Amino acid sequence: MRLKIVIVEPSIIISTGLKRLIEMKKDFEVIALIADYYHYLEKIHYLDPDIIIMNPAVVEMKKRQHLEELFSELKNTAFVALIYQYIEPEVVKQYHAMIDISDDGERITRKLSQAINALNTPVDLAEKNELSEREKEVLVALAKGKINKEIAEMYHISIHTVITHRKNIIRKTGIKSISGLTVYAILNNLISINDVE
Amino acid sequence: MNAPLFTDEMKLADIIHLNYRLLLLFPRLGMNLGFGDKTVKEWCESSAVSHQLFLMICNVYNCEQYLPGEQEIEEIDVNQLIDYLQRSHVYYLQNRLPAIEQRLQDIGETCPEGHRQILKRFFEGYKNEVISHFDYEEKTVFPYIMTVTKGCPSGNYKIEVFKENHSNIDDKLNDLKNIVMKYLQGSARGEEKINVLFDIFSLEEDLSKHALIEDKILIPFVLKLEKSYDKK
Repeated sequence: MRLKIVIVEPSIIISTGLKRLIEMKKDFEVIALIADYYHYLEKIHYLDPDIIIMNPAVVEMKKRQHLEELFSELKNTAFVALIYQYIEPEVVKQYHAMIDISDDGERITRKLSQAINALNTPVDLAEKNELSEREKEVLVALAKGKINKEIAEMYHISIHTVITHRKNIIRKTGIKSISGLTVYAILNNLISINDVE
Repeated sequence: MNAPLFTDEMKLADIIHLNYRLLLLFPRLGMNLGFGDKTVKEWCESSAVSHQLFLMICNVYNCEQYLPGEQEIEEIDVNQLIDYLQRSHVYYLQNRLPAIEQRLQDIGETCPEGHRQILKRFFEGYKNEVISHFDYEEKTVFPYIMTVTKGCPSGNYKIEVFKENHSNIDDKLNDLKNIVMKYLQGSARGEEKINVLFDIFSLEEDLSKHALIEDKILIPFVLKLEKSYDKK
């Protein structure tokens, strides 16, 4: 399932270039290029992006530090700042990730993935390395042979979220195969051997 | 870092001194210790082994960036290469994997029963994957290649199929590394755990070079040969 991206940036040169680089990876789809914040406001009702890449400068100075207010209804959207001019650090800090004008395609898509991860896991440092409660639940479900769809239904989350949790699990543990995750689950006493066929 | 390439005038002993890990290749190349002061050329001639192939393989294992050029690939003795690959399969299945399996079993005995069982099951799963992978190569790919080299490529198969489907079998091995390193608790058999982990790292490296030889030497060779027949 591809991640949907909206780019909010006045320069067409930059936004189309960025779109092209991003779409080299099949995981991503740029669904809209918008020149300014107010045009975005008009369209938000039918756009449902996973990520908004935004040049912070499109927002007037006094509102820049209030990213949360500007996008209050978008709880499940990651925000990525697109930086090619001076932006105050306090403004940039609000974003989940930052793309710089000197970044190449690989770096950009990596940062987008990181932004999604940052959205889904609390910023607490310990939690960056340890599995969260939800991740443990997903892991146990996988070890028991559940597929993504079943896990999504069990926990009332989207399949996309399940996939994100799986990616985090791989990133944190370094274990990719289901049978490997099963070993992890048993060694860490999350399940017993009897729970696994 | 670029290691210098081995040449046929070098002494076998010197090659080992430069990189002792190459010792693990010798049985698969048909070589035993006790070769005295022979050079690569001398030994290869006396053993009817192609010295180009011998050097190519040693260089792939010794030097990160090395890959033979088109010319070199064209000139290889493909029969001997396939022979080498098959012997490597035997080496992995009868030597390396059982050694690791035994070590893991010994370690498993100091673990709670559930842990011991899942570890055993996991390794067996891995072993079966490796066996299937090698089996496919030996029953389908290598025989096909032999028909191509003899001038009558068998109709339905193409090396492209192998190329697309040459799955890596290292996911589980990679997982095993992390499991042994990070999640196998308990101080019992601590040194054995370290030994088996070292073995796993070593096997992983060996297998990745083995796959490299298949992907970057064997397949291009066959592709070129297939093309020359297609033209006719």
